[in-house]
Amino acid sequence: MSEFLIAFWQTYNTLLFTVFVHGMLALSIYITLACGQLSLGNAAFMGIGAYTAALLTMKMQVPFALALAAGGLLPAAVALAIGIPTLRLSGVYLAMATLGFGEVVRVVFLNLAITGGSLGLNGVPLKTEFWHLLFILGGLIYFFVKLKNSRFGRALEAINEDEIAAAVLGIRTTFFKVGAFVVGAFIAGIAGGLNAHFTFFVSPREYGFEFAVDILTFAILGGTGTFWGPLLGSTILTLLPELLRFLGPYRLALNGLILLLVVLYLPNGIVSFKRKGGPS
Amino acid sequence: MLKLENIVKDFGGLRVLDRLSLEVPEGTIFGLIGPNGAGKTTVFNIVSGLSRPSAGRIILDGAEITNLPPAAIAARGLARTFQNIRIFKDMSLLENVLVGMHRLFSYSPVAMFFDLSLKRREERRLREKALAILSLVNLADKARRKAESLSYGEQRKLELARALATAPRLLLIDEPAAGMNPAETEELMNEILQINRQGYTICLIEHDMKFVMGLCGQVAVLNFGELIATGTPEEVKQNALVIEAYLGRDEELDLNRDL
Repeated sequence: MSEFLIAFWQTYNTLLFTVFVHGMLALSIYITLACGQLSLGNAAFMGIGAYTAALLTMKMQVPFALALAAGGLLPAAVALAIGIPTLRLSGVYLAMATLGFGEVVRVVFLNLAITGGSLGLNGVPLKTEFWHLLFILGGLIYFFVKLKNSRFGRALEAINEDEIAAAVLGIRTTFFKVGAFVVGAFIAGIAGGLNAHFTFFVSPREYGFEFAVDILTFAILGGTGTFWGPLLGSTILTLLPELLRFLGPYRLALNGLILLLVVLYLPNGIVSFKRKGGPS
Repeated sequence: MLKLENIVKDFGGLRVLDRLSLEVPEGTIFGLIGPNGAGKTTVFNIVSGLSRPSAGRIILDGAEITNLPPAAIAARGLARTFQNIRIFKDMSLLENVLVGMHRLFSYSPVAMFFDLSLKRREERRLREKALAILSLVNLADKARRKAESLSYGEQRKLELARALATAPRLLLIDEPAAGMNPAETEELMNEILQINRQGYTICLIEHDMKFVMGLCGQVAVLNFGELIATGTPEEVKQNALVIEAYLGRDEELDLNRDL
């Protein structure tokens, strides 16, 4: 039994790590969706976090915890700079701005000497341990549970449902939208730092537009009514290609088919059971 | 309580409000009436900060609020409802009212995260208060229901309760009786009277004249963005300009005069 477990761990620990990191990214986009804003910049924020944390541990031997914190704070600061002008307006401006921003970030990583150009950074030290992921994802889940029935969670939900009504009730809508976006960027940056320190490797290709869409797909597949939806979506979409491995070349086709079926028959995502009337 | 000074509002080349000045005295129920398109809702939008006046000043409780953002105006004690109901349909009635109480909460994110007793006490206290506000409009027994499950008239009352929850000094109510049957309207009149007696100053837009005449101590009449009359409901009813605005001019008389 224990031999089996060891073999299982050796084969699948990377996959398990990835499930946790993708779970964090799913939560990072959920918090902006929770107030009706679409961010397509979370892959780029993850990239900034990954490069920042990796450079700090590789070149400056900064302790891992500090490097991770910096990997979260830098994207959060960048999000603040993008969010303040774009989120004063209501509508799709954040989606447009973050779409462009993602490309800018990719090109910058590709051309800077310090980020290793198109080769990226190799030989990032192995620092991420499984308990780090458990602890951080667990902390995030706890945070979202507490957020739900708090004054902050209600404000986000109100903005999501009707921004104008929320504003005339005294909710500072721009403040909350920017806050959610900044927290999302922070979470994505931490996920990036954790990811870099178990894949040993950071490259500009990983954090492009395709991955931004993947993150959005986590949320759409799982459903955005509650934070459990994006978490479930990211887990399924990360595990699915592995579970379908026996199909060989048809694996990606079936992957796509499942997504299509969910969108067609469960338009509110997998977690689309009716939400209860109110908190207890 | 509320004072408008020479408010002008232009939409492109169209002047919707023309040098409008009026004053809502503290403690009263004030009626803003006029034919469709007279600019009544525009007045509410400008006062609540959703729209900016092209010129003029707005003074709430002695302090100028012209051009402040909606949330800042709400913080100074102004609340409003909308003509086309804007409740949060996916939330329960209780949650709707709790959102209205947003500014009364003061616990920090840290207190939220660690579920401190400070936070729990505040939530409990304000939840009880929210229930009390819901019972003011006879909706307390439905507190846990989803807002979208309410009838049209009940949704209007929920919106009123949510506005009251912000603890306003002045309450702007946009067509509260629209879409209500006579019995519901009667009940609503009593509820608004109760609210006023608790010390809230109220300014309302309404087309139902029985409603306006029965509730309002003072009325202002708008027509094409201009103030054409103010006074008690009885005075205004006799005013020739008001009669003309509502019923139109007598063409024959005009013709005679022209000839």
